[in-house]
Amino acid sequence: MSGLTSLTAAELAKRLKTREVGAVEVATAFLDREDAFGAYLAVDRARCLAEAEGAQRTLDAGEGGPLTGVPVAVKDNLSTDGIETTCASKILKGYVPPFDATVVARLKAQGLPILGKTNLDEFAMGSSTETSAYKIATNPWDPTRTPGGSSGGSAAAVAGGLAPLSLGSDTGGSIRLPASFCGLVGFKPTYGRCSRYGLVAFGSSLDQVGPFGWTVEDVALLAEATTGHDPLDATSLDHPAVSARDLENGTLKGLRVAVPTEMFGDATDPGVRAAIDAALETLRQEGAVVEEVSIPTIRLGVTTYYIIAPAEASSNLARFDGVRYGPRSEGGGHIGDVERTRAEGFGHEVKSRIMIGTYALSAGYYDAYYLKAQGVRALMTREFNETFAKYDVVAGPTSPVPPFPLGSLSHDPMAMKLLDYCTIPANMGGFPALSLNCGYADALPVGLHLMAPAMADERLLQTARSIERVLSGKGLADATRRPSLP
Amino acid sequence: MSITLDEVRHVARLARLQLEEGEIVTLQGELNALLGHFADLRDVDTFGIEPTSHAVAVQNVWAPDVARPGLPREAALRNAPLSRAGLFVVPMIIEE
Repeated sequence: MSGLTSLTAAELAKRLKTREVGAVEVATAFLDREDAFGAYLAVDRARCLAEAEGAQRTLDAGEGGPLTGVPVAVKDNLSTDGIETTCASKILKGYVPPFDATVVARLKAQGLPILGKTNLDEFAMGSSTETSAYKIATNPWDPTRTPGGSSGGSAAAVAGGLAPLSLGSDTGGSIRLPASFCGLVGFKPTYGRCSRYGLVAFGSSLDQVGPFGWTVEDVALLAEATTGHDPLDATSLDHPAVSARDLENGTLKGLRVAVPTEMFGDATDPGVRAAIDAALETLRQEGAVVEEVSIPTIRLGVTTYYIIAPAEASSNLARFDGVRYGPRSEGGGHIGDVERTRAEGFGHEVKSRIMIGTYALSAGYYDAYYLKAQGVRALMTREFNETFAKYDVVAGPTSPVPPFPLGSLSHDPMAMKLLDYCTIPANMGGFPALSLNCGYADALPVGLHLMAPAMADERLLQTARSIERVLSGKGLADATRRPSLP
Repeated sequence: MSITLDEVRHVARLARLQLEEGEIVTLQGELNALLGHFADLRDVDTFGIEPTSHAVAVQNVWAPDVARPGLPREAALRNAPLSRAGLFVVPMIIEE
């Protein structure tokens, strides 16, 4: 990968502002690369180039925002007016939304051309992008391995040089896990700071949209461009956009870092452990106070999540009945048409989660499962808030394992689910969280996971930026390193 | 705690999913695997803890009472597999 497609978004923005390159030239460079990683489900080249021309006019007038002219890839569960949006499901085949998600409208308003719609696990349910009904996505660092999921296409697009930036969504780690697996930075803002309007709902109390990029600066800039209060989302917080302004103000001197022992276990790969330990040791050398703590409810996170998220999903996915959009199966007679439409339209993992959720919400089980899980969720949030009273950030691995070979876990859905225990707590408590590359295990990227208290998004990004700086200084991680690509 | 095949069929009916017999068996296995883990929560003391349904609760969200244009009918119907006379065609649920 060379030339424009290996640059960071911040560098592209700088060259666009100085007219060293044009917006159409930049968009063309990315559009011309062959998608060898199954990153995209839909690309509308003509529309993207027209948006780039519009961005160029803005730049020529000496106007525009920090990222005007920098193109972005968008996860295919975000509604795009005029571009097919399928959530990688057959049940939405052919669906062309008549409106833009708020984050997409904000990209357009600020002149960020949309390169295409990225691949995902069907309805964002999975950790490997293997449940996509259309194609699997692969990891640009090693195409025999998964890019992670569910936003695997968004991560593969950036790591594969097919986009400088992308948007994903994160319900239990779906931004941070692929960021970790693809050597990127992936950021999930505090719940409510990014609008969910136009995001096809999965687990409404957990879902958040967020950015992928090569550097903390790039994700901070895209977060700034897409977050902020939205009256169209009733859960949106009445708060300004996440600011990228004071990014360089963070310091590691005196930073209090809690490392929960529960983030490590038998499943933790030795290479991952070594990379995380080296990163934490570097933080200590820079004057941070790194201490082991215990947050016992972390062990209950996956179980709690697999009650709450499917319960919300079973309710949200009731709308797919073949009446207003998507294909419709007939011949079942009456309600049988709806049952057949759903049977033919949903893939196995989605059906499985709808079943779990319906069961957990059904008469006689609601208190035992759903209400109990919400209680554990409250307990977990309390434990984390108690930790945040004494520490600035909670750190650990993003995933206990490096990117695993394609197909190696698809026969054992439970084993794959159990890998998500490091990322789930941030969704449970609505905390901002981020994965940052901190090194490699056998040449495969390892992500350092950082969490901060709700609303401390800016401080989290500043901390991540100072960690990125020292890891790069020590040669442990390198945000300019790229996979060798075809 | 485990779930029988008949219970799987019942839940599938509630979820409006027509399942093949083989799928029902597979799903029974998957549901039981999860239910085994769900038992971990039973012994957690959540007495006196208010269950949370939202991470960051916002209350009393009001929108200004101003009329705004909605989605035009034609745009709303564009994706419908069946429409007639400006309306969605729904499956018949009451016999004539």
